[in-house]
Amino acid sequence: MTMRSVAEIIAECQALYDDLDFTAARAWKAEVPGRIVVGYMPFYVPRELIHAAGGLPLGVLGGGDQLEVIQGDAYYQSYICRIPRSTIELGVTGRLDFLDAMLFPSICDVIRNLSGMWKIMFPKTSARYFDVPQNYRDDVGGVFYINELGELREILARLAGAPVTDAALRGAILLYNENRALVREVYAFRAREPWKAPSAEVYLLMRAGMVLPVARHSALMREYLAAAAAADRPRRDNSRVVINGAFCEQPPLNLIKSIELSGCYIVDDDFMLVNRWERADVATEGDPLAALAAAYLHGSVDTAAKYEPDRAHKGAWLIEQVRRSRAEGVIFATPSFCDPALLERPMLQRALAAHGIPCIAFKYAENSGQMQPIREQAGTFADSIKLWSAA
Amino acid sequence: MSPPAPVVKDSSMLKQKEMISGNYRRLETAAADGRKVVSTFVPGNLNELIMCFDVLNNLPEINAIQNGLRKKTGGYIMEAEKRGQSEDVCTYVKADLGMIAKGNIGPDGQKLPDPDLLLLSYTGCFTFMKWFELLRDHYGCETAMLHVPYQGDGRITANMIAYVVRQLREEVIPKLERLSGVKFDIDRLRENLARSARAEDDFVWVLETAKLRPSPIDAYFGGVYYIGPIFTAFRGTADAEDYYRLLRAEIAERIAAGQGPVTPAGDMPAERYRLVVEGPPNWTSFRDFWKMFYEDGAVVVASTYTKVGGLYDQGFRHDPAHPLESLAEYCLGCYTNRNLPARIDLIEQYMNDYQADGLLINSIKSCNSFSAGQLLVLREIERRTGKPAAFVESDLVDPRYFSPANIKNRLESYFQMIEQRRAGAAPARAA
Ligand code: SF4
Ligand code: SF4
Repeated sequence: MTMRSVAEIIAECQALYDDLDFTAARAWKAEVPGRIVVGYMPFYVPRELIHAAGGLPLGVLGGGDQLEVIQGDAYYQSYICRIPRSTIELGVTGRLDFLDAMLFPSICDVIRNLSGMWKIMFPKTSARYFDVPQNYRDDVGGVFYINELGELREILARLAGAPVTDAALRGAILLYNENRALVREVYAFRAREPWKAPSAEVYLLMRAGMVLPVARHSALMREYLAAAAAADRPRRDNSRVVINGAFCEQPPLNLIKSIELSGCYIVDDDFMLVNRWERADVATEGDPLAALAAAYLHGSVDTAAKYEPDRAHKGAWLIEQVRRSRAEGVIFATPSFCDPALLERPMLQRALAAHGIPCIAFKYAENSGQMQPIREQAGTFADSIKLWSAA
Repeated sequence: MSPPAPVVKDSSMLKQKEMISGNYRRLETAAADGRKVVSTFVPGNLNELIMCFDVLNNLPEINAIQNGLRKKTGGYIMEAEKRGQSEDVCTYVKADLGMIAKGNIGPDGQKLPDPDLLLLSYTGCFTFMKWFELLRDHYGCETAMLHVPYQGDGRITANMIAYVVRQLREEVIPKLERLSGVKFDIDRLRENLARSARAEDDFVWVLETAKLRPSPIDAYFGGVYYIGPIFTAFRGTADAEDYYRLLRAEIAERIAAGQGPVTPAGDMPAERYRLVVEGPPNWTSFRDFWKMFYEDGAVVVASTYTKVGGLYDQGFRHDPAHPLESLAEYCLGCYTNRNLPARIDLIEQYMNDYQADGLLINSIKSCNSFSAGQLLVLREIERRTGKPAAFVESDLVDPRYFSPANIKNRLESYFQMIEQRRAGAAPARAA
């Protein structure tokens, strides 16, 4: 097989991103009778369990800027963010009717309540609120979490019509370890040579991981890494920034492009944290549920939805992202009305200030159309970073 | 949760007023008296446990409410926004942060003490977690997290109870012991819980009198007075027990006299509309909002807001025989910790049991925990009961989001709609 170009690989990702009917996932399900597809919302679910049940985990990240939200708006007041309304729209227009189950992680009260709405509005799909511990002791939060994972395992086994074995789980953990390692590699590659891996491409590549089987996504990342490394692309004199706050409702692709066009290389971000939630490999020895729990408690990244028990540690992950990617500043890009991200932001800003890291902040909605103000703000930020570093 | 008493003051109101100001006095002299202060939240609070350690209980939500009633929160919210808080987030948080930024002068004009411990009982709302992380950022004091899982499937599981109990044993109690120097005595906790349960019996009796016609109480505007002691720093005290005994006797007298609810304008003359209300009230225009109801003869016979600190009317009682498990069950069972289908079932039950004419939703901008999903609640209740539902929007303590003319118009057309429905007209919606 001839090596595909970056453009060809990204075209595949873009097609998956644009397809609000989830044709690829539907086809995957139809291929083998008895297969299940389980939708999940941000920020994190243990996808290994779904895979081990012979299922496809399908990230449902709202409707983006292409979906016309008509009915979804009738379910939400104007002061609630957009992702739940576009997700409802996807549901009522039948675009999610092939899902066997839908998981709602404990990220905020909006998605929490959406889990109950789903039960009422889509009774044929099994809807489950997926709780994770805010206590990180193995003998407290760990025990709770292992039991929650056990319950989810039972639900998935019922849907799949077969038990989810330890062996299958270990196999799934191996595949996802490999996938996360590749995600980290893509991020590291972009941080090293951001001109070779524009953020809109990396974003689309990561989005593909929301809808593709894990091994296929891993193969796609390998292919991209090889093609992008070989491509000759012009290097710009851009500033290097980390994006924070976009862990749930996703910014429109245009916003990501606009930030880069305005003179900022995005060298790290918090889009789709599920792709690299565990910072190191999950253990493949011993009880797999205990391994997943240990990885959650002790080895996962930080985000606003997670309690930080140590005040001194607040913002540490963001600062580590900045250091690791040699970023020169942080852009807080936050969905409007997103309580977790907006309440977290001042604490992160203080942590950045203590380390002398500059930042700016703005809000967006997944269907924001006007990019000019954002381009101007990011452009000014990029210029000021250059001035500071020159000073 | 305890507004200044209406013009007509019953002895229960005077007693509550004294209890509240007594608690503020104790807070204000905490340092001089050598007493430690624990800040915590209303839903899922652990008052009986906190009392076992002789520490004082400061409730930032109550401070925000009291400041809202005194119209101080507008300035505090703007102060917090000036200092970097977003205009989009919960105004309780901003009212608290703004008050602290402006010198931490409490609702009664005295300086509030810095907390020695933030007891983050995380029941029914994610914002609580961010709120106390922000306070911890400011005070640098110790925080004890009590993570209360959500009833995603509408039930409390053994795993949830065990998790909460383990946190009480391993996290909360050791921190309270260390802070106070008082060793935990489970028998003391049992005594407190027994007092709670007795008060809870009287409280439920009072709430259920709204099933009568006319209802002797308003279960929302009046209800926020009645929940005061049991939702806050007094559950488990002898004072709270006395308060509910007194209140019960007063309501019994009103029933005997065939009276309706007491309002700021005196006794309500005639009951014309019986409503169930979902959502918290607005505090900055509390009196004006109430007036829009009693002037038109609308009585709230049941409300969900009076269940944020526990669903005692559904049978829950604090249980001295199982002290820690009972606290866990209490935290897990609060209204906003129930999933949406369970909330809708409860409202439907109220509509039927209290023979309501309709449901009114006061949708609060600040509060995603309550508000996200309320439009589905409205549809479902209309569908299930055939009764009209209406929707108004306001905020808790941000005066910028209370629009009296809009709300009044909406309510008036809603009352007309109820009249039409009674006269047999086809269903329509006011919202
Ligand atoms: S964008 Fe923020 S508020 Fe909205 S659902 Fe996601 S986490 Fe919740
Ligand atoms: S979001 Fe609602 S429940 Fe949470 S602190 Fe604000 S008002 Fe209270």
